[in-house]
This record gives sequence, C-alpha cells and structure tokens, in this order.
Amino acid sequence: MPPHFLVHNVEDSAGVVVVEDAKAGMELEGWVMDTNGTVHVTALDDIPIGHKVALKDIANGETILKYGHDIGKAIADIKQGGHVHVHNVKTKRW
Amino acid sequence: MSQHKFMGYRRENGRVGIRNHVVILPLDDLSNAACEAVANNIKGTMAIPHAYGRLQFGADLELHFRTLIGTGSNPNVAAVIVIGIEPGWTGRVVDGIARTGKPVEGFAIERNGDLKTIEAASRKAKEFVHQASEKQREEADMSELRVSVKCGESDTTSGLASNPTVGNFIDKVDPLGAYTCFGETSEITGAEMVCKTRAKTPEAGEKFMRTWEAYMDEVIEPHKTSDLSDSQPTKGNIAGGLTTIEEKAFGNLEKIGKKTQFVDVLEPAEEPSAGPGLYFMDTSSAAAECVTLQAAAGFVVHLFPTGQGNVIGNPIEPVIKLTANPRTAREMAEHIDVDVSGILRREMTLDEAGDKLIEMTLRTCNGRLTAAEALGHREFVLTKLYRSA
Repeated sequence: MPPHFLVHNVEDSAGVVVVEDAKAGMELEGWVMDTNGTVHVTALDDIPIGHKVALKDIANGETILKYGHDIGKAIADIKQGGHVHVHNVKTKRW
Repeated sequence: MSQHKFMGYRRENGRVGIRNHVVILPLDDLSNAACEAVANNIKGTMAIPHAYGRLQFGADLELHFRTLIGTGSNPNVAAVIVIGIEPGWTGRVVDGIARTGKPVEGFAIERNGDLKTIEAASRKAKEFVHQASEKQREEADMSELRVSVKCGESDTTSGLASNPTVGNFIDKVDPLGAYTCFGETSEITGAEMVCKTRAKTPEAGEKFMRTWEAYMDEVIEPHKTSDLSDSQPTKGNIAGGLTTIEEKAFGNLEKIGKKTQFVDVLEPAEEPSAGPGLYFMDTSSAAAECVTLQAAAGFVVHLFPTGQGNVIGNPIEPVIKLTANPRTAREMAEHIDVDVSGILRREMTLDEAGDKLIEMTLRTCNGRLTAAEALGHREFVLTKLYRSA
C-alpha cells in the first residue's frame, strides 16, 4: 500500500498528504523519510493532496517544524490530524 | 556512446551547445517589429522580442547589455543578427557577441527606416542560416555541459520528490566536472543560513550572505507586504499546500542535492569563472526572469521541477519539466517531460528518478525537443533593476 502522507524528518510537526482522497475520519499511514519509519494519524478534516496534516497537537504561537527546520508559527491551536495551512500557520518573515 | 556523452555543436570558442539557433536579437523595444519581420522572411531564424533597452543607465544598463550579449553568445546560438534603433548601442552588443568568434552582424534603423533595415538584415540572416544548417553535431562530454536549475509553481511535492530528483542529478554530475547553477534569491529566505553552509569556501558563503542581505535591504524592506502580496508564496503554491516562504525555501534548496557545494556567487547573467561546479546566481524567483539570466550566463539546458504546473520555456535554453504531483502529471501531461510521482507512492527511488532525469537530459542534448519547445514556449524576460531615466 502506498503511504497516505510523507514526513521529511522525524521531528516534524506536520506531514504532507500525497493521495487525492484523504477524508475526515480516515486512518492515515505516513512514511517518515529520514528514518524510514511509519506513523499513523486520524484525519480530522478533508485534506487535499499536497496539504499538511498535524502529527501532534500544536499550540497557538508554537513553531512549526518541517524538514527538521522552522517554517513559521501557529496562529491558532491545531489538533493532531487537523489540516495545517495558511488559516492556522504564518511565516515569521513577512 | 558511453553513458555520459552527448552529441552537441562545438562553437568557435570551444564551448558546446545543444541547439543551433540563428537569432534575430533586438537591442530595444523599438526594434522588435523589424526583428520579427526578418524572422518571418527567413526560415530557420528566431526573433526574441523584449520590452526594454531605452533610457536605461548605470547598473541597470550594464545588466541589459550583459543579458543581450550573453544571450547571443550562448553556445546554443550559431549566429546572430542584432537590430537596434541607432548604431552606437547596437554596435556594443555586436562587439560583445563577436568575442565568441561566431558570425554576428548589426543593423540600425535610424536613417534607413524599417523596410531597408529588414531587407539588409534578411539577406545577412539568409547567409547565416545556410552556414548554421551545415553545422554537424559532434561528441561531447558531460564535463562540457552547463546545466541550470529553477523550480516553479512549486507545491509540497516539489520539496518531497521533484526538487530532490534535480538534487540527485546535481550530486551525480558534479563529480564529472559539469557546470551547474541555481538562483532565486528571495526564495532562499528562511533557509539562508542552511544555504550558507553549502558553500565550498568561507568566502563563497560570505558572498552568498551579502547578496541575500543586499536583496532584503534594497528590495524587500522598502516594499514588503504580508506574504509579499501573494507572491511568496504564490496563489499556486498555496493551492498546492505550501504555507510559508520558509517551507518553500527548504523545498527549493533540495534542488542542490545532499552534498554538492557551491563554488561561487554570480551577478545576474554573469558567466561562471571559478571552474567547474555549482554556482549560485542572484536572480528573481520569477521563472522567465531567472531562466533568461541563466541562459545569458551560458547555461545550455535547464531542469525545471514544478508542482502545480508552471508552463515556462526559453527561446535559447531548452527547459526540461519534471513533476512529482500525480494530478499535474495527469491533467497537464503535455507540459511534463519526466514524471517522478512514483517516488510519492514508493514505486521509484530518488536514485532511480535522478538517473531517469540524466537520461532525459542527454536525450534533450542530443536533439529531443522538450515539451516547452514543442508547445512553442519562448519566454524571454529581461530583469530590470530600477526605472529608466
């Protein structure tokens, strides 16, 4: 079975959905690329292909990690399995 | 033919091209009509109209000349006709291109009018086409190849798979002595400290940071808006799941591979002069502006990973498109040369994808038209540093 989502780095806050039919309530399987590990998360929202799913609960203001690096901050609380995007994450740069 | 050889056109100065264009090059916007008329008269030529060349001054004018001279000097070009409104600046472009030893001749419109100019330039263009069309391809080595890279309409699949495929390509061709080039100054933002660590020498790292900081101070700080008004990331990036410039920057940087280090930092359209290796060029992140500058610096083939489906081409430098987004590969198939979406399904390894891209690059060098070439994409966009006088 191909994975539903991919994670760059084991420390990352979010994974990237790579299937076209990830719906709320689905149990998603993820491939952690740097460790070749497997993780699971239940989607809380419909998540389009290419969009991110939270791998843990994230508090408002918390730094989001992807590629093991800081890619911005949460501007709302995000639940594990929630859709992570411009409605709840913002750049720290501009 | 061995694995890393290709058949290219060896030019008068020893450099190797993969196309054999006779270019009709306008000095300025006013000369576009005459250039297009010549290209219409003489088959096998190509006009490359553009919007600038009048009342520019200082560094902006120098960049204009460097870009036009570099475009004409690119080894993918066999011969050049330059047409300008007056003879002075026209002659400057002609003299610059003539240093390569290739056939080049200039024509000025003032005191002649369009029609006499078109006739004289058409007769010379016809001579150049006869000469160029007898030029034969010869075997060349990967070490003679100059490859530029830039991604566009990226999404998260770019950082996961298509950009790392380009990175795998660079990690494999760097030890063979190829010249490679990445750019996109604004799009390193968020990953600038990581980029600095990829310099081969402390000097190259400092030069990169000075270039990035100068761009931030001179362009971003005086003009910045939230998310740069949906330009970093773009609407397409956001539709594809990219959320912030930092996320986009780390994905972007995947294009330089896991181990290759950059040897020097280039001005826009500056030719590399520090020997073989990877170069960073100070460019816009807009696709056509960036590729136009890279082609003007002498790069002959371009690797362009896309997520959502940027359709760019270039008149001089063939642009090879790859995508890892299965929707893009399916819905925009006519634009895609290499589909690496199998990486996301774990049907293809990154190493296999890199080999597939090397194979497509060599086929392109040998003459296969890219999707962008077949579809007629010839985006030639000059970079303007500030308003004209």
